Amino acid sequence: MNKTVNQKAWLFVLPVLVLVAFNAIIPLMTVVNYSVQETFGNNVFSWAGIIWFEEVLTSQRFHASLGRQLFFTFTILAIEVPLGVIIALAMPRKGIWVSVCLVLMAMPLLIPWNVVGAIWNIFALPQIGMLGNLLNGMGIDYNFTRQPGDAWATLIAMDVWHWTSLVVLLAYAGLVSIPEAYYQAAKIDGASSWAIFRYIQLPKMKRVLTIAILLRFMDSFNIYTEPFVLTGGGPGNSTTLLSIDLVKVALGQFDLGPAAAMSLVYFLVILLLSWVFYTLMMRDEEQ
Amino acid sequence: MSLELKQITKTVGADTHIYPTSLTLERGSFNTLLGTTLAGKTTLMQLMAGLEKPASGEIWFDGKNVTGTPVQQRNVSMVYQQFINYPNMSVFDNIASPLRVSRTDRSEIEKRVNEIAELLKIEQLLDRRPSELSGGQQQRTAMARALVKDSDLILLDEPLANLDFKLREELRDELPKLFAERNCVVVYATTEPSEALQFAGKTAALHEGRVSQFGPTGDIYRQPNDLTSARVFSEPPINVAHVSKTGAWFSLTEQTKWRAPKAMAKLADGPYTIGIRPHHVSPTMHVKGAVPIEGTVQVAELSGSESIIHFDAHGSSWVSLSHGVHPLRAGEPATLYADIARCLYFDADQQLIVA
Repeated sequence: MNKTVNQKAWLFVLPVLVLVAFNAIIPLMTVVNYSVQETFGNNVFSWAGIIWFEEVLTSQRFHASLGRQLFFTFTILAIEVPLGVIIALAMPRKGIWVSVCLVLMAMPLLIPWNVVGAIWNIFALPQIGMLGNLLNGMGIDYNFTRQPGDAWATLIAMDVWHWTSLVVLLAYAGLVSIPEAYYQAAKIDGASSWAIFRYIQLPKMKRVLTIAILLRFMDSFNIYTEPFVLTGGGPGNSTTLLSIDLVKVALGQFDLGPAAAMSLVYFLVILLLSWVFYTLMMRDEEQ
Repeated sequence: MSLELKQITKTVGADTHIYPTSLTLERGSFNTLLGTTLAGKTTLMQLMAGLEKPASGEIWFDGKNVTGTPVQQRNVSMVYQQFINYPNMSVFDNIASPLRVSRTDRSEIEKRVNEIAELLKIEQLLDRRPSELSGGQQQRTAMARALVKDSDLILLDEPLANLDFKLREELRDELPKLFAERNCVVVYATTEPSEALQFAGKTAALHEGRVSQFGPTGDIYRQPNDLTSARVFSEPPINVAHVSKTGAWFSLTEQTKWRAPKAMAKLADGPYTIGIRPHHVSPTMHVKGAVPIEGTVQVAELSGSESIIHFDAHGSSWVSLSHGVHPLRAGEPATLYADIARCLYFDADQQLIVA
């Protein structure tokens, strides 16, 4: 291989490199830069070492937000994944109803995130919202703007409504790719429908479900717009998830150093948990 | 003691997949369903198994009407073209699965699985998962699963089609031995005439949802009832030409004539159809009395020791399959020699004229 050819190859990679540099590497390095400096405005920065990391990692406020974030993410995963699989199993495999179901399923995914938040906000308002009014009319004392429990229930219901479809679509794609012969073979064996699910459908859906869980995990850990529009993190701090807290620190208080350190910790938590998930789910495959 | 199909049909919507079909397959016999893709082989097998219900007609097994009996209540095994195994079970558990469903003894399961694994030469692989096996090994596992229980009916739906050449040869040689001792009905679907010939047994030639002929494999090959069976049973496709008989002579064109064989001499004058298998057509004067056919070479394929020549003569295409390498090029004029003594004569209804 001569040298000119190699140099030309770099030209092809260049556009991507520039793109990635501007939308990922440079912003990330800026954040790293902020996280180790102190500033008093006027664009004057001084070296701060790791004090912001110490502050974030020992702060009760960060622990509380992280705890709420983990609770939110694992709750919605525990609901959306099984529910998505059940709906996918119940969907028709052929005929005209396939497209009807697919379109209905895709609908929530097409709605802009802030609109989802607004829809649910209005839908759940205690006096005038359809849901809020209905619940109160049934004698249930429901008010998501005052009671933390109600706020959480509404938040989780909103996310399940918005994102279960993604799991359904992925699981459905996994299901329809199973050749008919597998079902016939199981039928010949006299396998029960539980056995068919356990030994054919679930193993065959494993890869798409891994992707579904990873996507839902990362997206829900990053969630900002919908809870911000729905509850704004309230009542009090009860639904302040990590991203909402981060925005409060960075933009509300303009504490660049702590906010940058918090972002990096946040990023590393997602990276670590995603890796753990992936390794656990793919462990069998690599044996 | 047999599987009997009595005038069964299968329709899906407005399409007829199987026209009225009657077949009797004996226990202890090896039956080949031979036909091209979409001929209805798989549908016919699904009907035999009870995976599908016939639109009309009856299916009897050992003197009992089993038409409406679902597959679980029949004693059936099936092997598919795709390698169908339970993905997250070991090879041992895969093979054992039909026995476990029928609640066989633990020690009995172990014994039978080991026996069958040894027969199929996968005894070293019992701890592995299907994804860690080669295609051939996966299909051996699927076959072991089908053979481990004493099925009354074993259906093999093109089991070798997805394997590469060498593995296919290997398994094909072993197959008849696997079934030799069994007192069950074996049905094997394939698109390749050579496989049917190798397994001997009986063959049903299937074409567009109809069984055109059923009988001992060699008989169908040598004496197909009609042009359809002859076509199904020839790869490369049999050469078909329209000829006319005048007195003692058959003629293909004005120049290409030959004396009618004794048995055909009494036939009325008029148009007939002949079929000559590609290996009876050669670019050399390979037998005495071969009839020369002049035309243009379209494609010449060489495969090791054989040459396949596609040839255009007076607007109809011919195929020749011959030994050796023949230096013919596409577009060149050439003469092929047809061993006319080996040709099959068909009447106006495309039925074979038997000597």
